[in-house]
Amino acid sequence: MVLPALLLFVVFGVVPLVGVLVLSFTQWDGLGAIHAAGLSNWKSVLTDSQLPHSILVTFEIMILSWAVQTPMSLLLGTFLAGRQRYRAFLAVLYFIPLLLSSAAIAITYKALLDPNFGLGAGLKIGFLTQDWLGQSNLAIGVVIFIVSWQFIPFHSLIYQGGVRQIPTTLYEAASIDGAGRVRQFFSITVPQLKYTIITSSTLMVVGSLTFFDLIFVLTAGGPGDATRVLALDMYKRGFMSNQMGPASVIAALIVLLGLALALLLRRLGGSTTASQQEGA
Amino acid sequence: MRVRKLLQLNWFGGLAGWAWLAIVLIPLYWIVVTSFKDQSAYFTQNPFALPSAPTANNYQLVIQSDFPRYFLNSVIVTAGTIIPAVAISFMAAYAIIRGAGSRFLAGVNGLFLMGLAIPLQATIIPVYLLIIKMRLYDSLLALILPSIAFSIPLSVLVLANFIRDVPKELFESMRVDGATEWGMMRKLALPLTRPALVTVSIYNGLGVWNGFLLPLILTQSPDKRTLPLALWTFQGQYSVNVPAVLASVVLTTLPIVILYAVSRRQLLSGLTAGFSR
Repeated sequence: MVLPALLLFVVFGVVPLVGVLVLSFTQWDGLGAIHAAGLSNWKSVLTDSQLPHSILVTFEIMILSWAVQTPMSLLLGTFLAGRQRYRAFLAVLYFIPLLLSSAAIAITYKALLDPNFGLGAGLKIGFLTQDWLGQSNLAIGVVIFIVSWQFIPFHSLIYQGGVRQIPTTLYEAASIDGAGRVRQFFSITVPQLKYTIITSSTLMVVGSLTFFDLIFVLTAGGPGDATRVLALDMYKRGFMSNQMGPASVIAALIVLLGLALALLLRRLGGSTTASQQEGA
Repeated sequence: MRVRKLLQLNWFGGLAGWAWLAIVLIPLYWIVVTSFKDQSAYFTQNPFALPSAPTANNYQLVIQSDFPRYFLNSVIVTAGTIIPAVAISFMAAYAIIRGAGSRFLAGVNGLFLMGLAIPLQATIIPVYLLIIKMRLYDSLLALILPSIAFSIPLSVLVLANFIRDVPKELFESMRVDGATEWGMMRKLALPLTRPALVTVSIYNGLGVWNGFLLPLILTQSPDKRTLPLALWTFQGQYSVNVPAVLASVVLTTLPIVILYAVSRRQLLSGLTAGFSR
């Protein structure tokens, strides 16, 4: 019964995973024949100045969007875990950004942030009429904001589920001991959510390696190369410059990075199988 | 205790909750309002004002383009992905839980779990090569097959978590009555896992409906475009006509919003349960 799933996953998941590594040692323009190229792609990619920049931008977006999303999702998730009706209603509305495609979201924000015709110009608010997507630091900030707009709702749902599983006796004991709400949040809620935090962070961090559609449509990596994350770097080298070899090197680096980050986070969570099960 | 909790209002969380609601809704409101304005109203009116002369012209423009074709493509790709993906993931999850102790199945499960930790989108170049070699490039099947594969890891994980909760005694008593493994899967596990099946279907369906990378790389002809890709090209064509572009955003999102309105209780409870265990 496991075979159909295994077969498809091996063909389109595992084989390409190995394929990335194989292709990184070849020369291919995407159409013609594939030639062995030895270490030349790795040498040229690892020594070109684009790579450190792409890695830096990737980590910048990953870390900052994690730092924005996690506290906010934790707070909203704890808030939503209350049983009041209006909170359930809020959870319903929060979910809507997740229904839009990244392409749709990027197109919307592009129009919204247009310095001449967007929100700022329409409302005559000077602060909003900056050239948001035309300046390096602002563009990265916009990407982080949009990612948070899109995904905080999802992570707050995960936290909501986690909070609901914390035994209420813990809170009762704490409030008998005179602990206030803030104290309870930091001494009970946050530690009890350890595995949920690991799960959510893993999804965020590994997911951020795949931010492609949003950035591709929003800035296409610009201004200049300011938002050229690794996934975009891979696409541009492979499908725009027809250099599949170097692009595969970048892809292999993304895979390795994702695996390393997932393992690191799992280690942080204490690596017994039981805890992984709970965490996942 | 409950009264006390209610009195100690979580005002900070509440504040954040309502502030976040505004952050979520303002852009959404703007999309809808603007999509009913004509160009001159878009340039001159307050962005948040209701259209003084609401017009459906933008929607007409979008629908008269090849929108119905793209819409149909998206439906085909999404349905063509989810139905087989959920069916084979369910069978795999069932086998993994029922066959606990088998080293082979434990290994398969490990492989799927690894798929969760790896950004599979990074394997797009070999997938592209594979699709070309299979002579599927520029077809809808080129989008469906990798989409199924990419949705297996998470589906198996969530479904296995649900099947694990089915009491062992139920299986035992069915076995005594002479049921086969296949029969137990269909008559016992399947009905009890229904909420998770719906959750997984919607979650994966959302991912496929909104998918951009696969259509961008694995198709070429305009008549093979799915909605997100069509949206992007439409934006390029009509970049000066923002209200029309926003109308196309509304039209591509509307089916999902309707589906969500119908199934949200299921989806939200399934998601909170599925990920937090």
